[in-house]
Amino acid sequence: MDIFIQQVVSGLATGGIYASLALALVMIYQATEVVNFAQGEMAMFSTYLAWSMLQADLPYWITFLATVAIAFVGGLLIERIVIRPVENAPILTIVIVTLGLLVIFNSVAGWIYSYIQKPFPSPFPAKPIRIGNIVFGAHDVGEIGVTLVVLALLFAFFRFTTLGLAMRAAAQNPVSSRLCGIRVSWMLGLGWGLAAAFGAIAGMMVAPVVFLDPNMMGGIQLYAFAAATVGGFSSPHGAVIGGLLVGVTENLVGTYVSFIGTELKLTVALAMIIIVLLVKPTGLFGRTIVRRV
Amino acid sequence: MATETKPAEKAATRVETESPASARPVRAARPLGLVALAVVLVVAFALPFFMSGFRLFQFTQVLIYAIALLGLNMLTGYNGQFSLGHGAFYGIGAYTTAIMIDRWSIGYGWTIIAAGIVCLIVGFLFGRPALRLEGLYLALATFSLALAVPQILKYFEHWTGGSQGIVLSKPKAPFGLRLTEDQWLYYLTLAVTVLLFLLAWNLLRGRVGRAIVAIRDNHIAAEAMGIDNSLYKSVVFGVSAAYTGIAGALSALAIAFVAPDSFNVFLSITLLTGIVIGGFATISGAIYGALFIQFVPNWAQDISKAAPWAIFGVFLIVFMYVMPRGIAGFLHLLWIRLTASAVSREQGR
Repeated sequence: MDIFIQQVVSGLATGGIYASLALALVMIYQATEVVNFAQGEMAMFSTYLAWSMLQADLPYWITFLATVAIAFVGGLLIERIVIRPVENAPILTIVIVTLGLLVIFNSVAGWIYSYIQKPFPSPFPAKPIRIGNIVFGAHDVGEIGVTLVVLALLFAFFRFTTLGLAMRAAAQNPVSSRLCGIRVSWMLGLGWGLAAAFGAIAGMMVAPVVFLDPNMMGGIQLYAFAAATVGGFSSPHGAVIGGLLVGVTENLVGTYVSFIGTELKLTVALAMIIIVLLVKPTGLFGRTIVRRV
Repeated sequence: MATETKPAEKAATRVETESPASARPVRAARPLGLVALAVVLVVAFALPFFMSGFRLFQFTQVLIYAIALLGLNMLTGYNGQFSLGHGAFYGIGAYTTAIMIDRWSIGYGWTIIAAGIVCLIVGFLFGRPALRLEGLYLALATFSLALAVPQILKYFEHWTGGSQGIVLSKPKAPFGLRLTEDQWLYYLTLAVTVLLFLLAWNLLRGRVGRAIVAIRDNHIAAEAMGIDNSLYKSVVFGVSAAYTGIAGALSALAIAFVAPDSFNVFLSITLLTGIVIGGFATISGAIYGALFIQFVPNWAQDISKAAPWAIFGVFLIVFMYVMPRGIAGFLHLLWIRLTASAVSREQGR
């Protein structure tokens, strides 16, 4: 039972990471109906920037905030410069452009920082937290905390601010929003910026666990896809719940199903994606979209 | 067949009688295209006499990529189904060959056919549920397939040799032909390439090809015209996977080594880059794309280990902006421009 609870908690911790990244994917999807395949690599690149700042002896939390800010501006610029020209192109075109971004970020990171794994510090104490017989990693608990804070901030932003309302409106009905005076195109840019900022947070939280290297996000992005698919691409809270579900499932399956272990982790994600798409393509919380012929 | 070609012929003659000037370049294009094709074939056949060793191996690899790209283009270019995971089928084909030769000592010729059949079945089975997935979801499913395959290959260590992979020996030329192993492999690959290109051309130009394109352009209208969407889509998926699998099998023979990490997600992106550069929904585009993905990374490697990917990425994005129809589309456009200006000059006179 102790092991079970421990696994659930650490599943929730990794699930939080998947949730943040899935939320980033869903935000972009909602606004533009595009899945950003470069989301994970953008997060990886931001984490490298954070690493550089830490090497320059900046304090952790200042680095953290600076990285989030840089990621936000970077995401905004990418939308303005790279995605904008193909905004109205067929989906395939946009997917290919984001794949182009994926390989560019991956290779530039490898070019600048080499492909050798680097340790990344955790802001939380190394000493585990003990409750009775159960031991929690402090980083795991911290991760959950950070995810919850970020989600609360995001919720407040979309629920209580005018800008958040404008962004939701722009995503839901671009034409009417434009008539109301909302600059829809800039709202999309803001969405990309926010998504990139989330990615950066997820990257910095996961790097202490998986170590920093240009390919670190491959598996995590796959799980984020799984999370977004499980929760439904059209539902932000679905993405969060999906992320946590996927994280816990991953850990429990890895612990209790002996033939899977850690070696088939990615296959589990693949299976989850395909099963959900087959059984309920809109995900648990997604809306069914009826198309007129 | 005969009844079908008639209306087309009628249309062609009508165009000719109505505007003979505009019909001329079309008529001129036919023999010119055939001449170009003949030149390419002769050059391709003569290549082993001019180069050897590694250079020749590179051109073998170009042919192999061309097969894989043609397969992917059938699916993505002609049929409009995304696949970001064709590297997986390439890997399955390569491993089918490697396992059959290494573990069961079966003649390599048979293994190429077997790789095609295995991938046809796997592709068909994957395409079946993928039918319900449109656009982005299919992209997601295939992308995750590409991410998961190296792990799956490593898992079945008993057959696949785990991360060590399988080492093969290059096949020797049969019938006492006095060719080196590299030369024989080149000719074998060339023969397979020509055969598969002929088959694809035949498939895509006729009724089936029109049905495939119709599904891409408007699947509801296609359904209304009596085209069985789900059957066509899953069969195209299977055939496309089979092409890519055969390419994988040939690559296993040419490199004489397979390892799980060479079939990662970047291979899939490489293949996608190939059809973007070569040109969607063109047959000749497969060749241009294959030349690009084989040689550009080689040149870029001199700059840095990471440079090839950065260049691929930049090319992917830039082509989407300026040349969305790829090199083949660009050449086609150029040809039309040139002949059109020739016609207008003639008319001006």
